[in-house]
Amino acid sequence: MQFDSFSDFIAMGGYGFYVWLSFGTCALILLGILFSSLNDTKRILTSVQQQADREQRIKQAKQESQV
Amino acid sequence: MQRQHSYLQLFSAVCKKDLQLAFRQRAEIVNPLLFFLIVITLFPLAIGPEPGLLARMAPGIIWVAALLSTMLGLDKIFRDDFHDGSLEQLIASSYPLPLTVLAKVLAHWMITGLPLVLLTPVFALLLNLDSQALVATVITLLLGTPLLSFIGAIGAGLTVGLQKGGILMSLLVLPLYIPVLIFATSAIDTSTMSLDYSGQLAILGAMLVVAIISAPIAISSALKVSVS
Amino acid sequence: MWKWLHPYAKADRAYQLCNTLLPYFAVVTVVCMVVGWVWGLAYAPADYQQKDSYRIIFIHVPSAILSMGAYSSMAIAAVVALVWQLRNAELAVIAIAPVGACVTAIALITGAAWGKPMWGAWWVWDARLTSELILLFLYLGVLSLYHAFEDKKAAGRAASILAIVGVINLPIIHFSVEWWNTLHQGATITKFDTKAIDPSMFWPLMLNIVAFAAFVGTVTLIRLKNEILQREKHRPWVRQLLNRG
Repeated sequence: MQFDSFSDFIAMGGYGFYVWLSFGTCALILLGILFSSLNDTKRILTSVQQQADREQRIKQAKQESQV
Repeated sequence: MQRQHSYLQLFSAVCKKDLQLAFRQRAEIVNPLLFFLIVITLFPLAIGPEPGLLARMAPGIIWVAALLSTMLGLDKIFRDDFHDGSLEQLIASSYPLPLTVLAKVLAHWMITGLPLVLLTPVFALLLNLDSQALVATVITLLLGTPLLSFIGAIGAGLTVGLQKGGILMSLLVLPLYIPVLIFATSAIDTSTMSLDYSGQLAILGAMLVVAIISAPIAISSALKVSVS
Repeated sequence: MWKWLHPYAKADRAYQLCNTLLPYFAVVTVVCMVVGWVWGLAYAPADYQQKDSYRIIFIHVPSAILSMGAYSSMAIAAVVALVWQLRNAELAVIAIAPVGACVTAIALITGAAWGKPMWGAWWVWDARLTSELILLFLYLGVLSLYHAFEDKKAAGRAASILAIVGVINLPIIHFSVEWWNTLHQGATITKFDTKAIDPSMFWPLMLNIVAFAAFVGTVTLIRLKNEILQREKHRPWVRQLLNRG
């Protein structure tokens, strides 16, 4: 461990703002694209599910009207 | 399909057609030039009229103005042919498309680039450019503007099928213009210091040769995507 | 090799391949990134000249390397897409582009945050930063061209062509910017001297490079899956996927 205390670690020898700014935005951007990609997957799967349900309902309605 | 004309005939026919069309509606030739002139006028008004400062910034101003004014005409290079269907015919014909494209780009350069090169000596007076730098400016423009037409035509080919292709095209093309800009302005800068600038010219020339060989292939595949 | 690769031209097989690869990439990303960040931030020794500010290196350099790497892999996918007419390769181009743009943005932001304490300004027209900025423009060009097309089939091919044109230009741009920089700035502080880097800094750096590469791989796989699903929405195998899950 290079730092004596936690506050030393945060201060980064006076460069804390720049170091944490870089690491912070980096983490933010990486997590942002990761979660937006995962969210897209969910969205697409839901829309496929909705489409399937809709077709099912149409089929059912047709059958009922025929009866 | 039988080919009734030689490649040279095709080349000159396409070239001549584009030139004729441009000369019939002269605005196409005159407007980019006027734009170029106006942009050059704006700079002294914005940064102040001191002759030393202007002479120092002139290469950059002239080249940025040249980039922007060639962008204006690029949109038109394939658009009319796309809308009246002749582009489709050119693609479907048995003649090689890169050759046709080469003719069209050459015609486009003669309409937009060449007048710019010819009129630069006049415009340069506005910016206090000395005669040494003037010669360098004209030579770099002579080598550089065809390069701009070739690179720009790739962007024009990609966006010709789109409704609002104009702004998008400048977004695609301008970053690719950067090497031309750097070498051309540095050649002019070097000439103002009375140093040898043949190295920069050689690089510009090499880029032009590579563009003449490879850009028509890229442009024609871009056109095929846009038309299909 | 073709016999082995050919099944993956089919969408459902490619989707399955993505699914099998994804956990490995994800595990490597998480492990390397956690270890690399902790090591880099807390355990690596401080630089004798730049003190603790040099710790930005552990994300700046990996993101800069990966921004170039992602662009080249995008261009390779584009060549495959155009030469062998593989639709999946086109989708890969579009899957990589946003990830590459994000990594490039990180390289720019960390470069600026590093430049402030080192050069005294957020933005210096340094050769590396300038080429990263132009690289970002190229990524954004590919993305906006893709999204401008209504017909996604044509969009994929147009984006592929632009990616190839960009990758041919990239070395020229890089070289010209570097040359322009030496011309105008004389001797600026270069971030890296050619001197060998100490192992105590080298290994966390290496680990972070691997972490970033694995991250780019992970997100690209997720996005590729999305693109495949989006395109194959109406196919029976996608429906079956729902029933199983």
